[in-house]
Amino acid sequence: MTTIAVQGLTKRYGPDTVVEDVSFTVEPGQVTGFLGPNGAGKSTTMKMILGLAAPTKGSATIGGRRYQDLRRPLTEVGALLDAGAVHGGRKAYDHLLALAVSNGLPRRGVDEVLARTGLEGVAGKRAGQFSLGMRQRLGIAAALLGDPPVLIFDEPVNGLDPEGIRWIRGFMRSLAQEGRSVLVSSHLMNEMAQTADHLVIIGRGRLIADTSMSEFLHAKGEGTVLVRTSDPGSFALQLTAAGAVVRDGVESALVVSGMTSLEIGKLAAYHGVTLSELTPQRASLEDAFMELTKDSVEYQGAAA
Amino acid sequence: MSSPAILSIGQTLRAEWIKLRSLRSTWYTVACLFGVGLGITGLAMSSAGQQYRTATVEEQQAWDPTNLSLTTYIVAQLIIGVLGILIVTSEYATGQMQSSLSATPRRHRLLAAKVVVATAVAVVAGQALMFASFFLGQALLASQDVPNASLGDPGVFSAVAGGGLYLTAIALLAVGLGTIMRATAGALATLVGIVFLVPVLAGLFPGWMEGLLDFWPTRGAAAVFTTVPDPAYPHPWLNLGGMCLGVAAVLVAAFVVFRRRDV
Repeated sequence: MTTIAVQGLTKRYGPDTVVEDVSFTVEPGQVTGFLGPNGAGKSTTMKMILGLAAPTKGSATIGGRRYQDLRRPLTEVGALLDAGAVHGGRKAYDHLLALAVSNGLPRRGVDEVLARTGLEGVAGKRAGQFSLGMRQRLGIAAALLGDPPVLIFDEPVNGLDPEGIRWIRGFMRSLAQEGRSVLVSSHLMNEMAQTADHLVIIGRGRLIADTSMSEFLHAKGEGTVLVRTSDPGSFALQLTAAGAVVRDGVESALVVSGMTSLEIGKLAAYHGVTLSELTPQRASLEDAFMELTKDSVEYQGAAA
Repeated sequence: MSSPAILSIGQTLRAEWIKLRSLRSTWYTVACLFGVGLGITGLAMSSAGQQYRTATVEEQQAWDPTNLSLTTYIVAQLIIGVLGILIVTSEYATGQMQSSLSATPRRHRLLAAKVVVATAVAVVAGQALMFASFFLGQALLASQDVPNASLGDPGVFSAVAGGGLYLTAIALLAVGLGTIMRATAGALATLVGIVFLVPVLAGLFPGWMEGLLDFWPTRGAAAVFTTVPDPAYPHPWLNLGGMCLGVAAVLVAAFVVFRRRDV
């Protein structure tokens, strides 16, 4: 099966090292999240994989070959960069047709990808009139033209409305389920938590983590739980006695860490306490990511 | 072994043609080329009769109706240049270049396809404009009853067809400049500098540059538009050939930087 293999990839622009000695692989049948703060080198790495930027050192290969050596690249790799990277004056159909023809793909493939991305109705419209979400869909249609086993998406949910985000998430999951290798970049940990099976995290151009999502959650995702009850004071004591750490949240809620929501629920039942809310907090995942990358954020806002 | 390679070069060419023809800006530019080009010929030629009658005998002897009907090239070269520039720079401006290079990562092949498509369009448009401008101009001169030329007269066909080639060469120069500059404004400013400013400022430059100006657009290379021999340029096609060499050099530079640069 086709994998993306990145080995010792380095990119320098003059004195600035944008990507430094990054190695990872993207395996088929799963979504690999490529995560890092803005300016971490994600886009540069993806451009090097696609042969759009030349590595200073190291290599990036797809199925063992450099992108430049692929005979019909659209049949091997589909890529979404920069909201479709499309000339706004061209109709969606013509944009896809030119790409298809350049790789010797049949004309009917254009209709197929238009249908798969829900753009049939606007195929005759110029891409400049498209909303951002529609342009993303057009970019994804282009990526799917050659039915490639490897897909690369750079920040696909950027600027999308919730409906569009949900569509893309489901879409990436289904592509992976079809056995394809899917590499998706994002700077939002929570976004990745919903889609990725595997995580590659970089910061300031360096590899920080290369791990499966479940391992990452297990190691870092020790979450907090938001608890509301009519008598927070006494329940807080009971929680502390049971080994949890309790902080006061907003509107007399309790923020509990060190216990799962299941354990807290059982404890409440044992003491006969009525809970009006018991919510596991996802934010901890974001916290774990921030913790990992805090030294590698380009510009950090000062705490107020 | 070579047939798949040839096949895929054909595919790249077809794709580039689809891209060029599917943009309205292409056709607006072509329409503008003919509208402005023939408009200038029409306006200039409608007053040419008056000029001829008030001219001195010497001036009347140097009267070159072919050249007069083709002077519209001065503006036309800029418009056909815009066409050449946009073939490359519009892709950089919109991000389309990333899509194009993802589909065709062999960069020389992509740029070569652009050059071929630009040449094809420029040859057709350039020749059509020059012949149309010639016939329009001569018809207007004839209606004012002043000496005019016909295509069979000595040197006339060569001047008109040479004019079309001149415009084609300028379009290719523009493709090269667009590739090197990657921005429409910069490439257009450079083109204006080359075809307008340098010829105007020629007098200020040192003597060794005079030789270069013999092959410069709007200067020596424009001798091809004349039928009355200019003693300064006895072999106009040599001057045009020199300009084509210069254009080729710019294109070579374009191919080199296009392969090297990150997108």
